Amino acid sequence: MDRVNILENPAFKAKAEKINRLRGGVIMDCTTPDQAKIAEDAGAVAVMALERVPADIRAAGGVARMADPTVIQAIQNAVSIPVMAKARIGHFVEAQVLEALGVDCIDESEVLTPADDRYHIDKHQFSTPFVCGCRNLGEALRRISEGAAMMRTKGEAGTGDIVEAVRHLRQLKDDIRVVQNADDEELVSISREMGAPYHVMLYVAEHGRLPVLNFSAGGVATPADAALMVQLGAEGVFVGSGIFKSSNPEKRAKAIVRAVANYADASVIAEVSVGLGEAMRGIDSAGMPENQKIQGRGW
Amino acid sequence: MRLGVLALQGAFAEHLAVLARLGVDGFEIRKLADLDGGIDGLILPGGESTVMGRLLKDTGLFEPLKALIDGDLPVFGTCAGMILLAKKIENDPTVHFGAIGVTVRRNAYGRQLGSFQTVEDFDGIGKVPMTFIRAPYITEVEDGVRVLATVNGAKVAAECGNILVTSFHPELTDDLRVHQYFLGKVAGR
Repeated sequence: MDRVNILENPAFKAKAEKINRLRGGVIMDCTTPDQAKIAEDAGAVAVMALERVPADIRAAGGVARMADPTVIQAIQNAVSIPVMAKARIGHFVEAQVLEALGVDCIDESEVLTPADDRYHIDKHQFSTPFVCGCRNLGEALRRISEGAAMMRTKGEAGTGDIVEAVRHLRQLKDDIRVVQNADDEELVSISREMGAPYHVMLYVAEHGRLPVLNFSAGGVATPADAALMVQLGAEGVFVGSGIFKSSNPEKRAKAIVRAVANYADASVIAEVSVGLGEAMRGIDSAGMPENQKIQGRGW
Repeated sequence: MRLGVLALQGAFAEHLAVLARLGVDGFEIRKLADLDGGIDGLILPGGESTVMGRLLKDTGLFEPLKALIDGDLPVFGTCAGMILLAKKIENDPTVHFGAIGVTVRRNAYGRQLGSFQTVEDFDGIGKVPMTFIRAPYITEVEDGVRVLATVNGAKVAAECGNILVTSFHPELTDDLRVHQYFLGKVAGR
């Protein structure tokens, strides 16, 4: 396999192409077949099968692992749209299990307790596409070099607070602008400073964007939150706790799908935001001690 | 010639890029007002047919687009777009535009985001590269529907009157001939 130029690697390109069909969509966290059905009916482009949504993982504490295959299979049987599932960072056997279960995409996720405190999964070894989290360009390009076919900015999962999602997407865009505007002789040093693999960074310098689809995650609770992220440049949105921790999941799920499809149309966002009931209560991430933030997981 | 690409979700950007390469004026359709400038042909892209089906209803685009399609507007549906145009979906009572007399099987090649590429004959064009991603195929056709391509016994492209459908994604290859074929239908209308 050609690891020197992974972006031209046919296996990598095929995975990135498959993922592209999710563009402009909303991916919803679900813990039961009933929730998955609600998500599908609301217009989710895919569901993330989980044992607990991030807000509950936060509340429960302890070690968060890959979901029970029983839950994943029940959700796969309940819906016709793609089903994703999370593996712990570095836990390549959980990823092997998810591939054996036939999930459509594996999220190597900081929301679960990391299994390796130094290394991520070698995602080139899998035919299933991976999505990974990032807070800046260096982190994104490290994950893509490891074979991630899709990125999502991390935000702060399970808080319902959008500020970290905004911070991470803005940082990514800032970094992309730096790379795009740099003279050629500056790029190797920028690559070292950002921790961004040089060869993949050259793509960003030329195209001004990541070489894979990039969604926003971690903190979306309202249709306006979702549209904010898409107006800022996200190509779709993950909603974790925001739907099934709200008072009317069916209605909120539909409203968020509509807000993403018509992200630039304020009258539509206003219309779908009427009468949604209470959003998830949430946690102000600014008041959160650093050691309770999960965004720092990943290396 | 103005071609609209349904841009509620999915691979609309790729179709618009192909249209740009062919020097055709393409535009995104996200809301009713997008139809105000007139339309000579419509492309329904790949993506999730369930998502597009719901959003078509929610945005109020469904009825006006259906009227245009029933009124002989040339339409090209790829992958999910084919599902939106089919008269019948296997194991699913849903009918979207119901514009072409074919029965389609969703996720016909397995439910995983599995994909494959092949090169096969496309009637009237010749050998064409075909990229399939979680693709449907056609299991039955009514009289009057012309099958244009078959892969391993499965019907993957068909046309009837103003409607053209493919299971595969011509917008993901460098071969522009399937789009040119559709533009021929638009020009000949």
